Amino acid sequence: MPLIELKHVVGGYGGAPILNGVDIAIEKSDIGVIVGPNGAGKSTTLKAIFGLLKVTGGTIEFGGENIANSLPDKLVPKGLSFVPQEKNVFTSLSVEENLEMGAFTRSDDYSETMEWVYDMFPVLREKRRQPAGELSGGQRQMVAMGRALMSRPSLLMLDEPSAGLSPRYVIEIFETIQRVNQEGVGILMVEQNARQALAFASKGFVLAQGQNRFTGTGPELIADPEVAKSFLGG
Amino acid sequence: MDELIFFINRVLISGTVLGSIYALGAIGITLIFGILRFAHFAHGDMMTMGAFIAFVLATALAAMGIILPLPMAFVVLPVAMVLTAILALGIDKGFYAPLRARGAKPVTLLIASIGVTLMIQGLIRLIFGSGTKSIYVAGESKDIFRFDMSWAGGSRPINITEPQLIMFVLTALIVVALHLFLTRSRLGKAMRAMADNADLAQVSGINTALVVRVTWVIAGSLACVAGTMLALDVALMPDLAFNIVLPIFAAAIVGGLGHAYGAIVGGFLIAFAETLAVFNWTAVLRPLNAVLPEGMALPANLALVPTEYKLTVAFVILVITLLVRPTGIFKGAST
Repeated sequence: MPLIELKHVVGGYGGAPILNGVDIAIEKSDIGVIVGPNGAGKSTTLKAIFGLLKVTGGTIEFGGENIANSLPDKLVPKGLSFVPQEKNVFTSLSVEENLEMGAFTRSDDYSETMEWVYDMFPVLREKRRQPAGELSGGQRQMVAMGRALMSRPSLLMLDEPSAGLSPRYVIEIFETIQRVNQEGVGILMVEQNARQALAFASKGFVLAQGQNRFTGTGPELIADPEVAKSFLGG
Repeated sequence: MDELIFFINRVLISGTVLGSIYALGAIGITLIFGILRFAHFAHGDMMTMGAFIAFVLATALAAMGIILPLPMAFVVLPVAMVLTAILALGIDKGFYAPLRARGAKPVTLLIASIGVTLMIQGLIRLIFGSGTKSIYVAGESKDIFRFDMSWAGGSRPINITEPQLIMFVLTALIVVALHLFLTRSRLGKAMRAMADNADLAQVSGINTALVVRVTWVIAGSLACVAGTMLALDVALMPDLAFNIVLPIFAAAIVGGLGHAYGAIVGGFLIAFAETLAVFNWTAVLRPLNAVLPEGMALPANLALVPTEYKLTVAFVILVITLLVRPTGIFKGAST
């Protein structure tokens, strides 16, 4: 049974649906990457999973139950975490307070998880007393991921984690995502850097107009001449 | 020396009393703005409501023949704070929460809070009449502590009343408690997180409904303290705190909306500015008359602003702040 399975999900913000039947299935060992042109419904898919917009059709199964239209404070304890694309840190809170907020739904001792996050991002340990707003873009992205990992999710969703980062940081963030995956966290992310992201994706989904156009492993999609021509810029 | 003592009595002590009241009111306004993104215009009346609740409890206690060495209003304050907090939660549930659920704009909520203002004032007038009452229910007299200053060459003492002294201590305790809550407790941090970025707070799984309730509990109970202090300082009447809701808003904005420490600083800043502006400087500068040339004397009243225009001081500061530093002293929310 997949970790998460979207079956023909339809949804939007009230008016005409933006998602017109999206199918996605991810295992715990997977790094799933959603690519596609602007307005294809990539970010919308993640938001639909996380209950941030109305799902009007289809099912979203996570851990054996349909979680469509559940709100984040119910989803986070179930093992789902989300890193939004923009404004994804609490700028006036310290790095450590940001991480604590990620553990808000936990009532157990989370100091071990915090150590785990600090081991993964050593630079955050150094800056743990600093307001997150004072960090660089790449470090903020680490805070955002760290915050999302504090609930010990089984599935981490990231909305364009490489957006606005310099090429050096893009590679670093992708490597970090792979490392998180190796620690036993399933990944589902949306990426603008399609070719780079698909290169390490075990599952790739090409969306267009709110529907799956192509599905396969990352390398398969890169090798597919039609995908390359229409979606990866030749 | 006597001039300095006069200055301490008239400016330092009354300024601190007024500052405490403004600060406690402004904390509520700034927290509500930070979490719920609307200007809670009815906050002054929440303060009045708190003062009347303290008044009723104190009267009841006095009627039972209980006499205590403290003003009764202070004794019943913890209970009054709890009751005001519960009423604040009820007002939110009854009036603001349904509007939020429909995605109402901040302006709609502001208008609703003006409605709540009228309602609270109307209810108070209906129950208690529109006259002025004393919150010193058992005919308690204000004990005055006189600090003899003859050792420093002063012929007059520094006067602090017992209620004033308790107010200073209470305000200091509340500020420290609030600071510890916001920086040490999980819920306090969640409150700052939600004021910083409400969407991300929701995405993190923070129970935002709980944070909203905690906000009303803090805002309501502090409003009760501020209202009761104001009633102890002035007198109890239905439009008690409605009259000062504008300087309180100015304090919150000057401090930086959404910023609790800013509200405290803003409260004291506005209060001292008002007190200094209406202070008659002649009283302090009188010794200068001796050195002034023959035929010249200081005018009898050298106040910058006549007392009846005290309110304008808050607005002048507000306008200057908005022109020079629109986000307030501490960087507050700009929306």
